[in-house]
Amino acid sequence: MIRTTPQTYSYFPGCSLMVTNRAYDVSTRSAARALGIEMVELDDWNCCGATAYMPIREKRSFVLSARNLAIAEKHGHELATVCNACFVVLRKTNKYMAENAKLRDEVRGALRAGGMDYGGTVRVRHFLEILVKDLGEEAVRRAVTRPLTGLKVACYSGCQLSRPFDDVDHPEFPEVMGRLVGWLGAEVVPFPLSAKCCGGMSMTTRPEIGRALSGKILRVARERGADCIATACPLCQINLEAYQGPITAAVGASCEIPVLYFTQLMGWAFGLDSKELALGDSLTPVEALLTEKVGG
Amino acid sequence: MSPTATKQLGEEFLKHVYAIPHGEKINQCIQCGTCSASCPASAAMEYGPREIIAALRAGMLDRVLNANTVWLCVSCYSCTVRCPAGIPFTDVMYELKHLEAEKGLSKRANGAAMAKAFAETVDRHGRNAETELLRKYYLSTKPWRALAQIPLALRLFFRGRLELFPRKIKGLAGLLKMMAAIEEKEGR
Repeated sequence: MIRTTPQTYSYFPGCSLMVTNRAYDVSTRSAARALGIEMVELDDWNCCGATAYMPIREKRSFVLSARNLAIAEKHGHELATVCNACFVVLRKTNKYMAENAKLRDEVRGALRAGGMDYGGTVRVRHFLEILVKDLGEEAVRRAVTRPLTGLKVACYSGCQLSRPFDDVDHPEFPEVMGRLVGWLGAEVVPFPLSAKCCGGMSMTTRPEIGRALSGKILRVARERGADCIATACPLCQINLEAYQGPITAAVGASCEIPVLYFTQLMGWAFGLDSKELALGDSLTPVEALLTEKVGG
Repeated sequence: MSPTATKQLGEEFLKHVYAIPHGEKINQCIQCGTCSASCPASAAMEYGPREIIAALRAGMLDRVLNANTVWLCVSCYSCTVRCPAGIPFTDVMYELKHLEAEKGLSKRANGAAMAKAFAETVDRHGRNAETELLRKYYLSTKPWRALAQIPLALRLFFRGRLELFPRKIKGLAGLLKMMAAIEEKEGR
């Protein structure tokens, strides 16, 4: 059993984690529980606005994020998320509201019209950062009952974990996820594309761009000898796992490789079972890989 | 567009850029091209990031807005973290997206259709509902393209990953009151 003092965070799952990427939500909660971290889901949260609302109505997109921050402020805990887009948008709202008084007054006025307010005190955190910086190596290693020995992992952090805000990790060559995955006993393969863009929404709006960008990530991960790619963002995950067929055809080199969330890797190392990590949701043979390389 | 109108367009744009934290740094661009070289989508853009600032200075911003450029930005923030002048260029791109939407120039851009479908979906439920978002998106662009998505949709469906009945947040009425309190036309 883990003997650390439970740490409590407000938890913002984000829309993608409700159905399409629910495995990220399930595995995050399971892994947190195994570590004694309490994640209290933010009451009646709404969409953060993501990158897509902002170009349509900018101030309204800040109101969307600010409503979540207002609820979190009431709870009094730091606000944890596992979605890179939610992470950046919530932080951007904090920054703009702090630096632009006119915008702050407008957004707060809007919140009050709906019976809320936000004083600007909530710190937004990525779960990955909490694990590596708050909890630390010793606590994580202690929870490992099934070390991922022999598993080669390409750690893919995505764009928005460390851009534009570079205080959590290096904006070009992130290393936080690699540290965590190393503590789990896995071999972290050198992967210089860790913070290169997967194409984001362009996979739907301009597939030829999305396929080229995700294709490069998948191809290089294979070339580097990785058994799988670990992700920290629901959109990266779906782009990398769901289109490997058309991407292989577009790139002209095999791009087939299992892709899973870092929280699933972590849960497997903690001895959790397939159901607790929703491995059955995967579009790539994740469970078969883990069973074969690490053991069930 | 007349020279006077383009000049006004540029001035209007700059006013909004200056409201972004560090937006005023746009005046310190040295045209080094680091942004364009860092941009994963610039190869597909008619005007890359560096050329956008050059066009602005030359009073030709209307050309950028009429071209396939702005909606190809994927918000990866590579230009922003690498710019030696500290220009938050991803946010400058957001301002261009607003300007295009406001002037009604984004009609044919898929990225604009996606953003619009996204905002409508969130306004209806308080959250994004992916199935509804994609239905709206394909209906407003090229509906037959949705057919190519059926195999993936089935794979997701059999894993319980397709959202068929989106739920509204409890506080939707309150959220809509907040949204209504912000005076803002589309694109702004």
